[in-house]
Amino acid sequence: MMIWDDIFLEVDFWINIVSIALIVIGIYGIVFSQHLLRMVFGLGLLEAGVNILLVKAGYQKEAIAPIVTQASDTMMSNILAATAQMVDPVPQAMVLTAIVIAAGVQALALSLVIRIYKKYGTLDSHVLFLAMERDRHLSLNQKD
Amino acid sequence: MQRWTTILFLTGLSIVLFAIITPLVLGQSPMLVGKLINASAVNDTGAANLVTAVVLAYRGLDTLGELAILFTAATAIGIILGTTDKTQTTSSPTAGFIVATAAKVLFPLLLVFALYIILHGHLTPGGGFQGGAVLAAAFFLLTLADSGNNIKHKVTQVIEALAGTAFIVLGLVSFALQGVFLQPWLDKGELGSLFSAGSLPLLYLALGLKVGAELANLLSSLANVEK
Repeated sequence: MMIWDDIFLEVDFWINIVSIALIVIGIYGIVFSQHLLRMVFGLGLLEAGVNILLVKAGYQKEAIAPIVTQASDTMMSNILAATAQMVDPVPQAMVLTAIVIAAGVQALALSLVIRIYKKYGTLDSHVLFLAMERDRHLSLNQKD
Repeated sequence: MQRWTTILFLTGLSIVLFAIITPLVLGQSPMLVGKLINASAVNDTGAANLVTAVVLAYRGLDTLGELAILFTAATAIGIILGTTDKTQTTSSPTAGFIVATAAKVLFPLLLVFALYIILHGHLTPGGGFQGGAVLAAAFFLLTLADSGNNIKHKVTQVIEALAGTAFIVLGLVSFALQGVFLQPWLDKGELGSLFSAGSLPLLYLALGLKVGAELANLLSSLANVEK
Protein backbone atom coordinates (compact mmCIF):
# COMPACT_ATOMS: atom_id res chain seq x y z
CA MET A 1 0.00 0.00 0.00
CA MET A 2 2.92 2.35 0.68
CA ILE A 3 4.14 2.13 -2.93
CA TRP A 4 0.64 2.75 -4.20
CA ASP A 5 0.37 5.92 -2.11
CA ASP A 6 3.72 7.15 -3.46
CA ILE A 7 2.53 6.63 -7.02
CA PHE A 8 -0.63 8.53 -6.16
CA LEU A 9 1.37 11.50 -4.89
CA GLU A 10 3.49 11.41 -8.03
CA VAL A 11 0.46 11.33 -10.31
CA ASP A 12 -1.15 14.12 -8.30
CA PHE A 13 1.98 16.26 -8.73
CA TRP A 14 2.16 15.73 -12.48
CA ILE A 15 -1.54 16.44 -13.01
CA ASN A 16 -1.01 19.72 -11.17
CA ILE A 17 2.04 20.53 -13.30
CA VAL A 18 0.30 19.70 -16.59
CA SER A 19 -2.85 21.66 -15.80
CA ILE A 20 -0.93 24.70 -14.52
CA ALA A 21 1.34 24.57 -17.57
CA LEU A 22 -1.68 24.49 -19.87
CA ILE A 23 -3.31 27.41 -18.02
CA VAL A 24 -0.13 29.51 -18.02
CA ILE A 25 0.68 28.77 -21.67
CA GLY A 26 -2.92 29.62 -22.56
CA ILE A 27 -2.78 32.96 -20.74
CA TYR A 28 0.61 33.69 -22.31
CA GLY A 29 -0.90 32.95 -25.74
CA ILE A 30 -3.90 35.18 -25.16
CA VAL A 31 -1.94 38.12 -23.75
CA PHE A 32 1.36 38.12 -25.61
CA SER A 33 0.87 36.60 -29.05
CA GLN A 34 0.73 38.82 -32.11
CA HIS A 35 -1.31 36.52 -34.29
CA LEU A 36 -5.04 36.56 -33.62
CA LEU A 37 -5.47 32.85 -34.35
CA ARG A 38 -2.90 32.04 -31.65
CA MET A 39 -5.00 33.96 -29.15
CA VAL A 40 -7.92 31.63 -29.97
CA PHE A 41 -5.66 28.60 -29.53
CA GLY A 42 -4.48 30.02 -26.21
CA LEU A 43 -8.08 30.21 -25.08
CA GLY A 44 -8.48 26.53 -25.99
CA LEU A 45 -5.39 25.54 -23.97
CA LEU A 46 -6.62 27.54 -20.97
CA GLU A 47 -9.97 25.75 -21.08
CA ALA A 48 -8.25 22.36 -21.32
CA GLY A 49 -6.14 23.09 -18.23
CA VAL A 50 -9.13 24.18 -16.19
CA ASN A 51 -11.10 21.10 -17.26
CA ILE A 52 -8.29 18.78 -16.13
CA LEU A 53 -8.37 20.44 -12.70
CA LEU A 54 -12.15 20.07 -12.47
CA VAL A 55 -12.08 16.39 -13.35
CA LYS A 56 -9.27 15.86 -10.84
CA ALA A 57 -11.39 17.44 -8.10
CA GLY A 58 -14.02 14.74 -8.50
CA TYR A 59 -11.65 11.77 -8.44
CA GLN A 60 -11.74 9.32 -5.57
CA LYS A 61 -9.47 6.39 -4.78
CA GLU A 62 -10.65 2.99 -6.02
CA ALA A 63 -13.93 4.41 -7.22
CA ILE A 64 -15.92 3.56 -10.33
CA ALA A 65 -17.75 5.61 -12.96
CA PRO A 66 -21.04 7.07 -11.70
CA ILE A 67 -23.32 4.71 -13.63
CA VAL A 68 -25.48 2.01 -12.06
CA THR A 69 -24.79 -1.07 -14.17
CA GLN A 70 -26.48 -3.94 -12.35
CA ALA A 71 -29.98 -3.28 -13.61
CA SER A 72 -31.27 -6.53 -12.15
CA ASP A 73 -30.36 -5.40 -8.66
CA THR A 74 -33.51 -3.51 -7.93
CA MET A 75 -32.87 -3.96 -4.22
CA MET A 76 -32.36 -0.46 -2.90
CA SER A 77 -29.63 -1.52 -0.47
CA ASN A 78 -27.59 -3.05 -3.34
CA ILE A 79 -27.87 0.13 -5.37
CA LEU A 80 -26.86 2.23 -2.39
CA ALA A 81 -23.81 0.03 -1.80
CA ALA A 82 -22.83 0.44 -5.46
CA THR A 83 -23.33 4.21 -5.59
CA ALA A 84 -21.29 4.73 -2.42
CA GLN A 85 -18.19 3.62 -4.36
CA MET A 86 -18.72 5.96 -7.29
CA VAL A 87 -16.83 9.15 -8.07
CA ASP A 88 -18.43 12.54 -7.63
CA PRO A 89 -20.71 13.18 -10.66
CA VAL A 90 -20.93 16.95 -10.16
CA PRO A 91 -17.48 17.89 -11.58
CA GLN A 92 -18.13 15.65 -14.60
CA ALA A 93 -21.41 17.44 -15.29
CA MET A 94 -19.62 20.77 -14.90
CA VAL A 95 -16.88 19.76 -17.34
CA LEU A 96 -19.60 18.70 -19.79
CA THR A 97 -21.09 22.19 -19.47
CA ALA A 98 -17.67 23.82 -19.80
CA ILE A 99 -16.76 21.90 -22.95
CA VAL A 100 -19.99 22.85 -24.71
CA ILE A 101 -19.64 26.50 -23.76
CA ALA A 102 -15.98 26.44 -24.84
CA ALA A 103 -17.04 25.17 -28.26
CA GLY A 104 -19.52 28.06 -28.60
CA VAL A 105 -16.99 30.65 -27.43
CA GLN A 106 -14.28 29.40 -29.77
CA ALA A 107 -16.63 29.35 -32.74
CA LEU A 108 -17.62 32.94 -31.95
CA ALA A 109 -13.95 33.97 -31.65
CA LEU A 110 -13.12 32.25 -34.95
CA SER A 111 -15.98 34.00 -36.71
CA LEU A 112 -14.65 37.35 -35.46
CA VAL A 113 -11.19 36.38 -36.74
CA ILE A 114 -12.66 35.50 -40.16
CA ARG A 115 -14.48 38.82 -40.26
CA ILE A 116 -11.31 40.77 -39.38
CA TYR A 117 -9.32 38.91 -42.02
CA LYS A 118 -11.93 39.70 -44.67
CA LYS A 119 -11.78 43.42 -43.85
CA TYR A 120 -8.04 43.96 -43.32
CA GLY A 121 -6.36 40.99 -45.01
CA THR A 122 -4.07 40.30 -42.06
CA LEU A 123 -4.21 38.76 -38.59
CA ASP A 124 -1.09 40.40 -37.14
CA SER A 125 -2.34 42.42 -34.19
CA HIS A 126 0.31 45.17 -34.57
CA VAL A 127 -0.49 45.72 -38.24
CA LEU A 128 -4.20 45.55 -37.39
CA PHE A 129 -3.76 48.17 -34.68
CA LEU A 130 -2.15 50.59 -37.14
CA ALA A 131 -4.79 49.89 -39.79
CA MET A 132 -7.63 50.42 -37.31
CA GLU A 133 -6.06 53.67 -36.07
CA ARG A 134 -5.80 54.86 -39.66
CA ASP A 135 -9.46 53.96 -40.27
CA ARG A 136 -10.48 55.82 -37.12
CA HIS A 137 -8.61 58.96 -38.20
CA LEU A 138 -10.14 58.74 -41.66
CA SER A 139 -13.65 58.51 -40.26
CA LEU A 140 -12.94 61.41 -37.85
CA ASN A 141 -11.68 63.57 -40.73
CA GLN A 142 -14.76 62.77 -42.77
CA LYS A 143 -17.00 64.04 -40.00
CA ASP A 144 -15.31 67.47 -39.94
CA MET B 1 12.82 44.36 -21.07
CA GLN B 2 9.39 43.16 -22.05
CA ARG B 3 10.65 39.58 -22.22
CA TRP B 4 11.80 39.73 -18.59
CA THR B 5 8.51 41.15 -17.35
CA THR B 6 6.72 38.43 -19.28
CA ILE B 7 8.78 35.68 -17.65
CA LEU B 8 8.32 37.29 -14.23
CA PHE B 9 4.55 37.51 -14.72
CA LEU B 10 4.24 33.91 -15.85
CA THR B 11 6.39 32.59 -13.00
CA GLY B 12 4.35 34.51 -10.46
CA LEU B 13 1.13 33.26 -12.01
CA SER B 14 2.30 29.63 -11.88
CA ILE B 15 3.34 29.98 -8.23
CA VAL B 16 -0.02 31.50 -7.28
CA LEU B 17 -1.91 28.78 -9.17
CA PHE B 18 0.25 26.07 -7.62
CA ALA B 19 -0.42 27.44 -4.14
CA ILE B 20 -4.14 27.42 -4.83
CA ILE B 21 -4.21 23.93 -6.33
CA THR B 22 -1.85 22.00 -4.03
CA PRO B 23 -4.34 21.60 -1.13
CA LEU B 24 -6.60 19.77 -3.57
CA VAL B 25 -5.11 16.28 -3.15
CA LEU B 26 -5.92 13.66 -5.76
CA GLY B 27 -8.38 11.08 -4.49
CA GLN B 28 -9.70 13.14 -1.60
CA SER B 29 -12.62 14.99 -3.03
CA PRO B 30 -13.33 18.10 -0.94
CA MET B 31 -16.96 18.26 -2.03
CA LEU B 32 -19.67 16.63 0.04
CA VAL B 33 -22.58 17.17 -2.32
CA GLY B 34 -21.38 14.38 -4.62
CA LYS B 35 -21.88 11.72 -1.93
CA LEU B 36 -25.38 12.96 -1.19
CA ILE B 37 -26.27 12.96 -4.88
CA ASN B 38 -24.81 9.47 -5.32
CA ALA B 39 -26.94 8.23 -2.44
CA SER B 40 -30.23 9.76 -3.55
CA ALA B 41 -30.06 10.19 -7.34
CA VAL B 42 -31.43 6.75 -8.24
CA ASN B 43 -34.36 7.25 -5.90
CA ASP B 44 -35.02 10.82 -7.04
CA THR B 45 -34.74 10.49 -10.81
CA GLY B 46 -34.59 6.81 -11.76
CA ALA B 47 -31.64 7.42 -14.11
CA ALA B 48 -28.84 4.84 -14.12
CA ASN B 49 -26.33 7.44 -15.33
CA LEU B 50 -25.81 9.77 -12.38
CA VAL B 51 -24.12 12.45 -14.49
CA THR B 52 -27.35 12.71 -16.47
CA ALA B 53 -29.25 13.01 -13.21
CA VAL B 54 -27.02 15.93 -12.24
CA VAL B 55 -27.14 17.63 -15.64
CA LEU B 56 -30.89 17.38 -16.20
CA ALA B 57 -32.49 17.01 -12.79
CA TYR B 58 -30.34 18.65 -10.11
CA ARG B 59 -28.89 21.29 -12.42
CA GLY B 60 -31.61 21.46 -15.07
CA LEU B 61 -31.90 25.21 -14.84
CA ASP B 62 -28.15 25.48 -15.38
CA THR B 63 -28.44 23.36 -18.52
CA LEU B 64 -31.17 25.69 -19.78
CA GLY B 65 -28.76 28.60 -19.23
CA GLU B 66 -26.09 26.68 -21.11
CA LEU B 67 -28.47 26.23 -24.04
CA ALA B 68 -29.11 29.97 -23.92
CA ILE B 69 -25.35 30.63 -24.11
CA LEU B 70 -24.97 28.28 -27.07
CA PHE B 71 -27.96 29.93 -28.77
CA THR B 72 -26.45 33.37 -28.19
CA ALA B 73 -23.13 32.26 -29.67
CA ALA B 74 -24.83 30.77 -32.74
CA THR B 75 -26.93 33.91 -33.23
CA ALA B 76 -23.90 36.16 -32.86
CA ILE B 77 -21.99 34.10 -35.43
CA GLY B 78 -24.96 34.43 -37.78
CA ILE B 79 -24.91 38.20 -37.30
CA ILE B 80 -21.13 38.52 -37.67
CA LEU B 81 -20.72 36.31 -40.72
CA GLY B 82 -24.11 36.84 -42.31
CA THR B 83 -26.11 33.79 -43.35
CA THR B 84 -25.43 33.16 -47.01
CA ASP B 85 -28.07 30.55 -47.80
CA LYS B 86 -26.78 29.86 -51.28
CA THR B 87 -27.25 26.36 -52.61
CA GLN B 88 -24.60 26.71 -55.30
CA THR B 89 -20.99 27.17 -54.32
CA THR B 90 -18.95 27.15 -57.48
CA SER B 91 -15.63 28.07 -55.90
CA SER B 92 -14.81 24.89 -53.96
CA PRO B 93 -14.85 21.58 -55.85
CA THR B 94 -15.93 18.22 -54.48
CA ALA B 95 -13.45 16.24 -52.41
CA GLY B 96 -13.34 13.40 -54.92
CA PHE B 97 -15.33 10.26 -55.64
CA ILE B 98 -13.91 8.09 -52.85
CA VAL B 99 -14.39 10.64 -50.08
CA ALA B 100 -17.87 11.60 -51.29
CA THR B 101 -18.98 7.96 -51.40
CA ALA B 102 -17.45 7.20 -48.00
CA ALA B 103 -19.31 10.18 -46.55
CA LYS B 104 -22.58 8.85 -47.96
CA VAL B 105 -21.87 5.41 -46.45
CA LEU B 106 -20.94 6.87 -43.10
CA PHE B 107 -23.91 9.25 -42.91
CA PRO B 108 -26.64 6.74 -41.88
CA LEU B 109 -24.27 5.02 -39.45
CA LEU B 110 -23.42 8.31 -37.80
CA LEU B 111 -27.10 9.22 -37.63
CA VAL B 112 -27.97 5.92 -35.90
CA PHE B 113 -25.02 6.28 -33.54
CA ALA B 114 -26.00 9.84 -32.64
CA LEU B 115 -29.60 8.86 -31.91
CA TYR B 116 -28.37 5.89 -29.86
CA ILE B 117 -26.16 8.16 -27.76
CA ILE B 118 -28.97 10.67 -27.27
CA LEU B 119 -31.68 8.14 -26.39
CA HIS B 120 -29.47 6.14 -24.01
CA GLY B 121 -28.17 9.22 -22.24
CA HIS B 122 -29.83 8.20 -18.98
CA LEU B 123 -28.35 4.66 -19.08
CA THR B 124 -24.85 4.81 -20.59
CA PRO B 125 -22.14 7.46 -20.95
CA GLY B 126 -23.31 10.05 -23.41
CA GLY B 127 -26.41 12.14 -23.81
CA GLY B 128 -27.77 15.16 -25.58
CA PHE B 129 -24.59 17.18 -25.93
CA GLN B 130 -22.40 14.33 -27.12
CA GLY B 131 -25.06 12.90 -29.43
CA GLY B 132 -25.80 16.37 -30.75
CA ALA B 133 -22.15 16.83 -31.66
CA VAL B 134 -22.16 13.51 -33.56
CA LEU B 135 -25.42 14.54 -35.28
CA ALA B 136 -23.88 17.82 -36.42
CA ALA B 137 -20.78 15.96 -37.61
CA ALA B 138 -22.95 13.59 -39.67
CA PHE B 139 -24.57 16.44 -41.56
CA PHE B 140 -21.38 18.46 -41.83
CA LEU B 141 -19.54 15.46 -43.28
CA LEU B 142 -21.79 15.57 -46.34
CA THR B 143 -21.05 19.27 -46.80
CA LEU B 144 -17.32 18.69 -46.45
CA ALA B 145 -17.29 15.84 -48.96
CA ASP B 146 -19.47 17.57 -51.53
CA SER B 147 -19.83 21.33 -51.27
CA GLY B 148 -23.07 21.21 -53.28
CA ASN B 149 -24.72 19.48 -50.31
CA ASN B 150 -25.29 22.53 -48.16
CA ILE B 151 -27.02 22.39 -44.80
CA LYS B 152 -30.28 24.29 -45.12
CA HIS B 153 -30.25 27.10 -42.57
CA LYS B 154 -34.03 27.41 -42.56
CA VAL B 155 -34.55 23.72 -41.72
CA THR B 156 -31.95 23.68 -38.95
CA GLN B 157 -33.36 26.88 -37.50
CA VAL B 158 -36.86 25.39 -37.37
CA ILE B 159 -35.56 22.19 -35.70
CA GLU B 160 -33.56 24.26 -33.23
CA ALA B 161 -36.52 26.46 -32.36
CA LEU B 162 -38.86 23.50 -31.89
CA ALA B 163 -36.35 21.60 -29.74
CA GLY B 164 -35.66 24.62 -27.56
CA THR B 165 -39.37 25.22 -27.12
CA ALA B 166 -39.89 21.54 -26.25
CA PHE B 167 -37.24 21.77 -23.50
CA ILE B 168 -38.96 24.77 -21.91
CA VAL B 169 -42.44 23.26 -22.37
CA LEU B 170 -41.32 20.10 -20.56
CA GLY B 171 -40.12 22.32 -17.74
CA LEU B 172 -43.38 24.28 -17.69
CA VAL B 173 -45.47 21.09 -17.60
CA SER B 174 -43.51 20.01 -14.53
CA PHE B 175 -44.21 23.47 -13.10
CA ALA B 176 -47.93 23.00 -13.70
CA LEU B 177 -47.97 19.48 -12.23
CA GLN B 178 -45.57 19.80 -9.32
CA GLY B 179 -45.01 23.49 -8.82
CA VAL B 180 -41.27 23.30 -9.57
CA PHE B 181 -39.72 24.29 -12.89
CA LEU B 182 -37.77 21.50 -14.68
CA GLN B 183 -38.42 18.93 -11.95
CA PRO B 184 -38.42 15.36 -13.33
CA TRP B 185 -41.95 14.11 -13.87
CA LEU B 186 -43.61 11.07 -15.51
CA ASP B 187 -43.24 7.53 -14.20
CA LYS B 188 -39.68 6.56 -13.22
CA GLY B 189 -40.06 3.06 -14.62
CA GLU B 190 -37.66 0.19 -14.10
CA LEU B 191 -34.06 1.20 -13.46
CA GLY B 192 -31.87 0.51 -16.50
CA SER B 193 -34.60 0.04 -19.13
CA LEU B 194 -34.89 2.37 -22.12
CA PHE B 195 -38.24 3.84 -21.05
CA SER B 196 -37.28 4.88 -17.58
CA ALA B 197 -36.21 7.95 -15.62
CA GLY B 198 -39.42 9.84 -16.42
CA SER B 199 -38.98 13.01 -18.43
CA LEU B 200 -35.18 12.93 -18.55
CA PRO B 201 -34.89 11.08 -21.92
CA LEU B 202 -37.39 13.52 -23.44
CA LEU B 203 -35.36 16.45 -22.15
CA TYR B 204 -32.18 14.89 -23.54
CA LEU B 205 -33.85 14.28 -26.92
CA ALA B 206 -34.86 17.94 -27.16
CA LEU B 207 -31.40 18.98 -26.03
CA GLY B 208 -29.64 16.68 -28.51
CA LEU B 209 -31.70 17.92 -31.46
CA LYS B 210 -31.12 21.52 -30.44
CA VAL B 211 -27.36 21.10 -29.99
CA GLY B 212 -27.11 19.13 -33.25
CA ALA B 213 -29.03 21.69 -35.30
CA GLU B 214 -27.14 24.56 -33.68
CA LEU B 215 -23.68 23.08 -34.25
CA ALA B 216 -24.53 22.10 -37.84
CA ASN B 217 -25.76 25.64 -38.44
CA LEU B 218 -22.64 27.06 -36.87
CA LEU B 219 -20.24 24.84 -38.82
CA SER B 220 -21.93 25.49 -42.14
CA SER B 221 -21.93 29.25 -41.62
CA LEU B 222 -18.22 29.08 -40.72
CA ALA B 223 -17.54 26.95 -43.81
CA ASN B 224 -19.62 29.01 -46.23
CA VAL B 225 -17.84 32.32 -45.73
CA GLU B 226 -17.20 33.98 -49.04
CA LYS B 227 -13.53 33.95 -49.81
